[in-house]
Amino acid sequence: MKKFDYFKPKTLEEALTLLNQYGDKAKLIAGGTDVIVMIKQKKMAPEVLISLREIPGLDRMEYNGFLKIGPMVTHRAIEKSETIRKHFSALSDAVDVLGSVQIRNVGTIGGNICTAAPSADTASPLLALGAQVRLKSLKGERTLPLEQFFTGPGETVLEKGEILTEIFIPKPLPHTSSAYWKHQRRQALDLPILGVAVLLSLDRSTVTCSDLLCTASPISTILHSLEGDEVVCKEVRIALSVAAPTPMRATKAENLLRGKRMSDELLEEVAETAAKEAQPRDTIRGEAWYRRDMIRVLVRRMVMRGIERVLRPEETIFPVRLW
Amino acid sequence: MKQTISFNLNGETVEVEIEPHLTLLQLLRDRLEMTGTKEGCGMGECGACTVLIDGKAVNSCIFPALEVEGKSVTTIEGLTDVQGNLHSIQKAFIEYGAIQCGFCTPGMVLSAKALLDENPKPTEEEIRNAIAGNLCRCTGYLQIIKAIKESSNY
Repeated sequence: MKKFDYFKPKTLEEALTLLNQYGDKAKLIAGGTDVIVMIKQKKMAPEVLISLREIPGLDRMEYNGFLKIGPMVTHRAIEKSETIRKHFSALSDAVDVLGSVQIRNVGTIGGNICTAAPSADTASPLLALGAQVRLKSLKGERTLPLEQFFTGPGETVLEKGEILTEIFIPKPLPHTSSAYWKHQRRQALDLPILGVAVLLSLDRSTVTCSDLLCTASPISTILHSLEGDEVVCKEVRIALSVAAPTPMRATKAENLLRGKRMSDELLEEVAETAAKEAQPRDTIRGEAWYRRDMIRVLVRRMVMRGIERVLRPEETIFPVRLW
Repeated sequence: MKQTISFNLNGETVEVEIEPHLTLLQLLRDRLEMTGTKEGCGMGECGACTVLIDGKAVNSCIFPALEVEGKSVTTIEGLTDVQGNLHSIQKAFIEYGAIQCGFCTPGMVLSAKALLDENPKPTEEEIRNAIAGNLCRCTGYLQIIKAIKESSNY
């Protein structure tokens, strides 16, 4: 591996100063599961690595209706957080299938976001959850929605001398749930062909359903009986990974669903719209037409999983249900 | 610029001066001559280089050596007791034929140890999940899963 110098600043100010001092020669390292691999693959050759691991506080999480996640929080810590599993399920879905235990023990959410791979597993769940990112430099700090953070494959709005210091997820509306699906060929250690995350807020979390099936069968088979029940979608966010140069929101599809009564036909239309507004391309993992087709299938499924999790929150703990 | 780090390796304090670009795997194998830890892919995919840092399974091939400062590292050499008796997981691996060529075994055993230390009675699914990052090209995994499941009986 190419040689580099390595700094372990103890404070954020120290890290920012080093970053300023070394400029283009320096690269920040969080867990290093991307950075070290990229150096080994000769995809980057920094002269200086600045580690964020010893800066206190960056690996902290705070929940108070809203959720603040420090960039150095590992995927493993997120996986084990019952709070996140309960209130921000899409993020748990993502880290459950991200890399291996070894990678999750070391890799961080901040690193995943800042590497900005179109396939980053935490990106679309965070978009669906409405995440904001806080960026700090010696000049000051700014906060922006995650949508504005990604500018291209491996590219972000991070300017020279800026460090991601916090990910903020706002408090969800009542009767809200979320879900993420990583469409992959293997069950572990794969990159997604496609990632679909949906956040859904309903106007209530119970349905009066005389049909016994209501408590037992999958939501897909009882969607018809829901129609009589006038379940209204108060808020929805649909986010897609590997469907465009950056993780993206399917806003046209969202607009179709927001404020409307849930129905089978409407869901079809929403999924179709999401597939149309995506800009997938042909890659080694899948062709564009296939990705589009899968967006249609999976957006619908994730909305249904969202409905299911709002109506049957106890099942959020065991999220495996196939349609 | 070389830096000196001090950490606990298999119960003993080690102080060593290293170049900053060394990975933990290079430090263990090349500098400390602890060759029980294997290099497979070198890219964090195969798990052959798995060691435990503060009890957590980590791919040492992509872990900067400088980051183990003050931490506790366990390698396969550290699993035997003072008399040199094998760990119960190692005994179970032998008993159930969970080793063929043996190259994945150190990493596999350490992933199993990390799991069992945290969860002494894992389900089969939990075992599969815990070793998903350890590739074995010989056994087909079934014997390994069986050995991990049974190792608490040793």
